[in-house]
Amino acid sequence: MKKIYSSIIFLLLYFFPQVTFAQSDSLMRRDGRIYVVVTVVLIILLGLIGYLVRIEKKINKLTKHNDSL
Amino acid sequence: MKKNWWKILCIILLVYTVIAGFLVKVPDLPILGETSRNLFFHVAMWMAMMVLFICSVVYSIRYLRSMDLKDDVRAKNFAAVGIYFGILGYATGAVWMSYTWADPNNPSFEFSAIAREPKLIGAAVALLIYFAYFILRDSIQDMDKRARIAAVYNVFAFAMLFPTIWIVPRLLPSLHPGQEGNPALNFKDVNTTMRMVEYPAFIGWTLLGVWIAQVKIKLGLLSEKLNAQ
Repeated sequence: MKKIYSSIIFLLLYFFPQVTFAQSDSLMRRDGRIYVVVTVVLIILLGLIGYLVRIEKKINKLTKHNDSL
Repeated sequence: MKKNWWKILCIILLVYTVIAGFLVKVPDLPILGETSRNLFFHVAMWMAMMVLFICSVVYSIRYLRSMDLKDDVRAKNFAAVGIYFGILGYATGAVWMSYTWADPNNPSFEFSAIAREPKLIGAAVALLIYFAYFILRDSIQDMDKRARIAAVYNVFAFAMLFPTIWIVPRLLPSLHPGQEGNPALNFKDVNTTMRMVEYPAFIGWTLLGVWIAQVKIKLGLLSEKLNAQ
């Protein structure tokens, strides 16, 4: 299940620029291309939060495992 | 899931902060220009730091009342994340300052003027006092003694925050905004559209800090338990 999720996310990230690249007047090219920066920062933010969630899950699992001992 | 609603709120607020923070229209002020968007990021770091230090001191006082080592772990980790946010605030401030206060064409904005900036010195002193908290902790071997001395010191460190970052910088002339009243929380110096992003940003970054602290606390409690076994 985990692998399916990560591959979906990877595919989305892979195709996102390809889809938006084709349109020359797309959102990504408007207003001095500020949306590109917004996207980059969003990817970093969500990536870091996802990392935090995973670390927390691992610690929760260890805590639970340790309590049941 | 029910207990984690604030984490989802944190993600939503931060995503909103990033999107709106870059796209919202900010007033074109002299010198500041577009950099006033840093209000959502740089100032939010200090707000998060302040809340984390408040949490830390609350747990330190709780430790002194309960003598429960779990409260000591909580106080320690809140202070650690608070320091981290403080350093981030300092670093972002250094960048922001370099392109606004420091103007090569204006002789009054020399390095010596910036180095004398009371807000910078005050924030540095406040952070150094918190660094000393960790040095003090690590220098004591006995667990109970360490926790008790650290808790008492933490109350002192928290008390020192007020003169160093809130009071003294306001008594001296400074380039840093927010000289009168509460910086960034004053209704007069932030316009309405920016405030719509500002408050969610403050809450979002603070929640992120609390979240990281919580993860660290879980890890700390776990390793405490494993060490005791």
